[in-house]
Amino acid sequence: MSPTNYLLLSGLLFTVGAVGVLVRRNAIVVFMCIELMLNAVNLSLVTFARINGTLDGQVMAFFVMVVAAAEVVVGLAIIMSIFRTRRSSSVDDANLLKY
Amino acid sequence: MTPLNAPPIDYGAIAPLLIVLGGACVSVLLEAFLPRHQRWPAQVALTVLVVAVAGVTLGVYAGSAPAAGVVTLGSTLAVDMPTLFLWGTLLVLGFGSLLLIADRSVEPGGAFVASAAERLSVGAAPGTTTGATGVDPEHVDRSYGAPGEAPTMQTEVFPFTLFALGGMMAFVAANDLLTMFVALEVLSLPLYLMCGLARRRRLLSQEAAVKYFLLGAFASAFFLYGLALLYGYAGSVRLSAIAEAAVGTDRSDALLFGGLALLVVGLLFKGSVGPFHTWTPDVYQGAPTPVTAFMAACTKVAAFGAIARVLYVAFGSTRWEWRGVLWAVAIASMFIGAVLGLTQTDLKRMIAYSSIAHAGFLLIGTMAITPAGVSSTLFYLLAYGFTTLAVFGVISLVRTADGEATHLSQWAGLAKRSPVLAGVMTFLLLALAGIPLTSGFTAKFAIFAAALSDGMAPLVVIALVASAIAAFFYLRIVVLMYFSEAPENGPTVTVPGAFTTVTITLGVVVTLLLGIVPTLVLDWAGAGGFTG
Repeated sequence: MSPTNYLLLSGLLFTVGAVGVLVRRNAIVVFMCIELMLNAVNLSLVTFARINGTLDGQVMAFFVMVVAAAEVVVGLAIIMSIFRTRRSSSVDDANLLKY
Repeated sequence: MTPLNAPPIDYGAIAPLLIVLGGACVSVLLEAFLPRHQRWPAQVALTVLVVAVAGVTLGVYAGSAPAAGVVTLGSTLAVDMPTLFLWGTLLVLGFGSLLLIADRSVEPGGAFVASAAERLSVGAAPGTTTGATGVDPEHVDRSYGAPGEAPTMQTEVFPFTLFALGGMMAFVAANDLLTMFVALEVLSLPLYLMCGLARRRRLLSQEAAVKYFLLGAFASAFFLYGLALLYGYAGSVRLSAIAEAAVGTDRSDALLFGGLALLVVGLLFKGSVGPFHTWTPDVYQGAPTPVTAFMAACTKVAAFGAIARVLYVAFGSTRWEWRGVLWAVAIASMFIGAVLGLTQTDLKRMIAYSSIAHAGFLLIGTMAITPAGVSSTLFYLLAYGFTTLAVFGVISLVRTADGEATHLSQWAGLAKRSPVLAGVMTFLLLALAGIPLTSGFTAKFAIFAAALSDGMAPLVVIALVASAIAAFFYLRIVVLMYFSEAPENGPTVTVPGAFTTVTITLGVVVTLLLGIVPTLVLDWAGAGGFTG
């Protein structure tokens, strides 16, 4: 199977993630969509590594995973803290700051 | 199988970066092992020492640094003249923000007091007139907290600041996109947390943290997808390799320019350039003011240092293809900042829109792919950073019993109550507007001159119009302070502690000096170009 198909799949996953970030209302789901975008990037990195015949892309995918894990720690901590004070994790409820 | 060779490392060149990151690790250990009442003095001493030692090391290295720059650590970090200049700028601005963060005399316990209940037990801020609790403010002021009592300030903010500063330093020196991505996260993750650290007005603060985090993570996903596309195009993420691949090749331009677009979206988000600015006003308003000062000054420096390097080193040869799009972005940013800034009623939000307008001017400087473009951008970053730092220092001083008085109406007639503060604020606002004899004027002049000589005359005309509009809302605050009647129970102006005084003085002096004798720093900024 041509590796280009994996690139298309990666682009599709990235788009699904991006649209999810824009339309979903729960902070946790928004966050999961961002993780989906990062994993779409991993797929395309690995595919490009295959196409280019270098290992760099695969190593980069590991870097992305580590960074994503760190991001989860920070993100969930922030979402937890706002949930404790508001009893809600909807991004629509956090609307004190505007104009 | 070939043996792996460890890449040579030029420790002298990257010593400032290692010192800051090492200091951040030590700071985490202090946080873990020291008893609570010892943490504040220990953390302040450590962070100030770390930043000072890193600055001295940088100065010593810069004295003998090769003009062409060094690429080290397996060609992941490029320590050239712009890097050294940006590192110096970041360290000095970081030092100023650390002093603002550490100051506990402006409000009892500092902006990062351990719990909101603390405020009830220690009474009103010194210098305010509420006096309801009868606790002697002198006694509260600067007390380090007795053993067994709740701490007067949460000190996690110090290791966060050092990590963020280290990330920023790595960000501006990154010579490949992967290093740049990791540095981007190292600088962003502590910043997200720092935004949510305020205990007073904590709903606002936490909301700012969530918004900043979700949008920031969204933007870094775009950066990463851009990285992947460019890796597919060039087979490497080193900036110079991308530049080489772009010259004389029959590979698909879709990957190159798609990658560039996504990459630049991620970077412009960090630099709060409109139309990717939506987080800026909310986060600037909601975050504790010292953190806002740190973000406004240092993040801007880091983001535009990286944008300039990417555009100059990796995409300099293809600039005729992408420049049109960035023209539109710069124009949008200047006008969003200037026009929406006019409609704001909150001072911190207004400064946020001002920073969006300034981001547009900075983008013009980074688009001029000439040595003058680079040096004027560096100079603008330095000048803007110091002015903003001092502005937020001043904002933190005007308070009511509930905290900072950031609503514009509360600033009415402030000149009668505190002529010195109003004078300082007026000077800083004039600098932001770009009036002659301030650093804002020389910086704008340098950028516009560089843009004109690189064939961007129409953009310069538009930028002049935008800065004229923006000048209006700065002057509006000045008029409000001098020519309006003060409200009945207006805010009081707190007498700043030594730390805040140092930061504000530093900002004002640098703003004035760069306005009168800019050549010294301009020469330094133009000492050398990016190396790849």
